[in-house]
Amino acid sequence: MMDDLARLTIADARDALRRGDTTAAELTEACLSRIDAAQALNAFVHSTADQARDQAAQADVRIKAGDAPDLCGIPLGIKDLFCTKGTPSQAASAILKGFRPEYESTVTAKLWDAGAVMLGKLNMDEFAMGSSNETSIYGDVINPWRRAGSDAALTPGGSSGGSAAAVAADLCLAATGTDTGGSIRQPAAFTGITGLKPTYGRCSRWGIIAFASSLDQAGPMTKTVRDAAIMLQAMAGHDPKDSTSADIAVPDFEAALTGDIRGKTIGLPREYRMDGMPAEIEKLWAEGAAMLRDAGAKVVDITLPHTKYALPAYYVIAPAEASSNLARYDGVRFGHRAALAQGDGITEMYEKTRAEGFGHEVQRRVMVGTYVLSAGFYDAYYNRARKVRTLIKRDFEQVFADGVDAILTPATPSAAFGLGQMVDADPVQMYLNDVFTVTVNLAGLPGISVPAGLDADGLPLGLQLIGKPWEEAALLNDALVLERAAGFSAKPERWW
Amino acid sequence: MSIDPETAARVAKLARIRVEADALPALADEFNTILGFIEQLGEVDVEGIEPMTGVTPMRLARRADLVTDGDQQAAVLANAPDAREGFFAVPKVVE
Repeated sequence: MMDDLARLTIADARDALRRGDTTAAELTEACLSRIDAAQALNAFVHSTADQARDQAAQADVRIKAGDAPDLCGIPLGIKDLFCTKGTPSQAASAILKGFRPEYESTVTAKLWDAGAVMLGKLNMDEFAMGSSNETSIYGDVINPWRRAGSDAALTPGGSSGGSAAAVAADLCLAATGTDTGGSIRQPAAFTGITGLKPTYGRCSRWGIIAFASSLDQAGPMTKTVRDAAIMLQAMAGHDPKDSTSADIAVPDFEAALTGDIRGKTIGLPREYRMDGMPAEIEKLWAEGAAMLRDAGAKVVDITLPHTKYALPAYYVIAPAEASSNLARYDGVRFGHRAALAQGDGITEMYEKTRAEGFGHEVQRRVMVGTYVLSAGFYDAYYNRARKVRTLIKRDFEQVFADGVDAILTPATPSAAFGLGQMVDADPVQMYLNDVFTVTVNLAGLPGISVPAGLDADGLPLGLQLIGKPWEEAALLNDALVLERAAGFSAKPERWW
Repeated sequence: MSIDPETAARVAKLARIRVEADALPALADEFNTILGFIEQLGEVDVEGIEPMTGVTPMRLARRADLVTDGDQQAAVLANAPDAREGFFAVPKVVE
């Protein structure tokens, strides 16, 4: 049945295309019809169906000619944070309403060069600032998963909430995400999919709308670990247009998936065992450790002493960088400009434009960033946070130097929560969602979230593996072992 | 360190975001919650620690001093809210 084509993994679709069992055009139509039927999820916010059909037709020619890349003919969703030429790219913000880039981000250009098909742009938190996809100008994304016996709408997580919901609901074979403090891994965990944040510098940031430049990194959100390897292969690589993009070779990630981790050492950081952590999460973590041990790895307790300070350091550094990056939204070069009153000058234009264009969370972070960078507070807040960041990275370096190959932690402190549930909570409560993921961004490491089980309500839970810098290949192999042992195969029941 | 509505107004001004006077007390409260959370950093001994400038040790790439791009006036102006005669137009800046 055609509808089933959208359920394929990248790897299976690739093989089916090569056997001639299906075509890129059929795969694309299957996804487009599922997207049409899934408006209730509010995952896709800009359709590019015409472009998708053109790209699929070209991919079919290329596949027939032989020697097409792995992603040739694979329909993908693209987070709205990526600039895509001629297609609205507004970071889910009113301030970029109507913005159609004149250029293509490096990562998406690489995907199209590999023959992938763009189905449309995906919802997200405004400027990637959020953990529940509730700060978007497009409205909330609804998680395809529901608690057993309940029809309450749950968050898909954020900021890549549209990407996560779209992959979980089989609206596309995979999607791009970006991760500044957990924005790929937390929504992946909330929706039962795989999400990989590569090493900082592995994927070019050029053409991705900037939030916090020293932390932002693009990565794949997929149905399986193998798919993450295939998609990262196409996304990664040096780009002279991003001065922090690493000029080092990209290994063959899929070839590294041997499923053999015998002799590897996996660390369990004691600081991640937090007060008030749900028993289910603690149990899942212990089960994950047992799975890796059964596969022949040595599991050891480790310490990352500065973990507690990662979130406070992040909430200085990320807003500081955001206040600088978002200074470009001035109502002059692109996007929204406020209507001005008689006598308004340029300062009024800036202030009114930014008050109208930025949502509440974005305004708050820009102002916090402005404050911590302002005269008199720069040393006390910003410089101190950057010193603490040095210590957080040093914690990881010490553990790796002691022989640990990868680190296993829970991905999130809870399963998906209800939309609107955090409305009355103070902002710090929402920030705690990233407690297990944010250290990885501060240290620039690769991290992957793998679905590993269901909670008592039938909602997915994820485990996170953290690897050494540039060793995504080994990390993906560790994740494959966890994926196989966990045997997670649950899917959300279709209600939409 | 506590932020009062006056300080909140100053920060909003620096950030070039208009905040109405009646919204300042609530904004100051939010700042205080976030800054209270950040204050924990004061517990960490950072004596002799260098502030991180880049997470990956790397030498900033250099390129040849050549013109590699340009002649894109139409593309640069294409998204401007107000472009006239090849320029971005803004309210009068100089009296």
